[in-house]
Amino acid sequence: MPIKIEVKGLKKGFTTDKGELQVVDDVSFEVGNGEFVAIVGPSGCGKTTLMNLIAGFDRPDAGTVMIDGASKQGPSSKGILISQHGSVFPWLTVQQNLMFGLNGHAPRNKEQIADHYADIVGLKGFEMSYPHELSGGMLKRAELARALVVKPEILYMDEPFSALDALMSLRMRRELLRILDEERHTVVLITHDVEEAIHLADRIFVLSPRPARIQATFQVPFKHPRKLLSTEVQGLREAILRELGA
Amino acid sequence: MKRLLPPLAVFAVLIGLWWLVVDVSHSAIFPTPLQVATATVELIRDGTLWEHIGASLMRVATGFGLAVLFAVPLGLWMGWVKGAYSTLNPMFQILRPISPIAWIPIAILWFGVGNASPIFLIFISSVFPMVVQTTAGVHTIEKRYLRAAENFGVSRYTLFRQVIIPAVLPQIIVGMRIGLGVAWLVVVAAEMIALRSGLGYLIIDSRNAGNRYDLVISGMIIIGLIGLSLDGLMRLLEGLRVVRWRYAH
Repeated sequence: MPIKIEVKGLKKGFTTDKGELQVVDDVSFEVGNGEFVAIVGPSGCGKTTLMNLIAGFDRPDAGTVMIDGASKQGPSSKGILISQHGSVFPWLTVQQNLMFGLNGHAPRNKEQIADHYADIVGLKGFEMSYPHELSGGMLKRAELARALVVKPEILYMDEPFSALDALMSLRMRRELLRILDEERHTVVLITHDVEEAIHLADRIFVLSPRPARIQATFQVPFKHPRKLLSTEVQGLREAILRELGA
Repeated sequence: MKRLLPPLAVFAVLIGLWWLVVDVSHSAIFPTPLQVATATVELIRDGTLWEHIGASLMRVATGFGLAVLFAVPLGLWMGWVKGAYSTLNPMFQILRPISPIAWIPIAILWFGVGNASPIFLIFISSVFPMVVQTTAGVHTIEKRYLRAAENFGVSRYTLFRQVIIPAVLPQIIVGMRIGLGVAWLVVVAAEMIALRSGLGYLIIDSRNAGNRYDLVISGMIIIGLIGLSLDGLMRLLEGLRVVRWRYAH
């Protein structure tokens, strides 16, 4: 598996009233092409800061992020970030949102592509709806579809489903796996939910409390669809939770 | 009907009280409600009322329209470009608290006593709230939306057309409501100075030409009613589908 993302020696600190605050401290890892990697860590450990560095929204104090062997400069539509609070534009319809990132297509084609992806995520019939007319789960689907439309090579997901209730979160995970089965994206998922990480990821990094460092790495050897209640899964879950200090 | 009843009762009590006070005090000048109503009918019959209303509305429409054309692009620019904001904002903050009435002498000096003076005053009065609201609107766009736009790498044109302008539109509408409200206040004041038409002129002329306080009060009530309708008109904009996201919750 060729390497898609190479993170080397990332460091990031912020200046606060109480002095220098080191948030990310020497994080290095590699993500293979088409691999699904989850990063779990206690809340407030610097997960989101790390994600912003990897996705190119923030510059590290030290270290590099290489995509396909090239040093990364700022965000691009090659890698789309999906965050906890979502960023579906409330003033555009679902269809307009999905067409937003499509450059260089004829308007007619744009609509077709947008509607195709609305269908894939189960939003058929809601293309003309505005986001405030949708439920939380549907909004997430719209966000996912808007990202998929531009055929990104990488999906950066920062606590994507944590604002949803447990049942909806589980459903969205299954949807995501189904979509990834068809369109093989490289995914970096950040979450505090160990079960979510085991359900989705090929590999799991456990972060230490702030400043964030990779404290342990776990392979997830189970085939999809994964049985979350099996003893092997529970064993892995306990091992990860132990690392997290729970 | 139930919601209309209490305010109607307030009007009834006020009119009753007014009638009673005029009756008891035997005022020779202050009119009774009936006299005001008769005067209004008289104004409608001889057609002068429509002329005055038309003149006032025309001045407001021109001054306010120019102010929108000026304030919205300027506000967007000041909101987006930091240097423009830090350069121009102090000036606007100083100009903004100056009552438009204070500009009347300058307006007369520059534009004389024709239509241009009140139009200028309306422009001055409504342009500042709209610049301020539009600028604030750009500043309060949530970062996650700008970030998403950045992520998709869209052109500047798309960024403005599909993100910044629609995001600021609700604030622009608020600014327009405030601006139009002030404009209506100012046109009446401006028309009191000179000119030969408009509701402000009607009021001052009625007083000067033989203490016709029935016409003065009639004019005041009409000003109030038109102001209310103008605000209602601006409120209709808040019901547009593209801005409902802001008002829906």
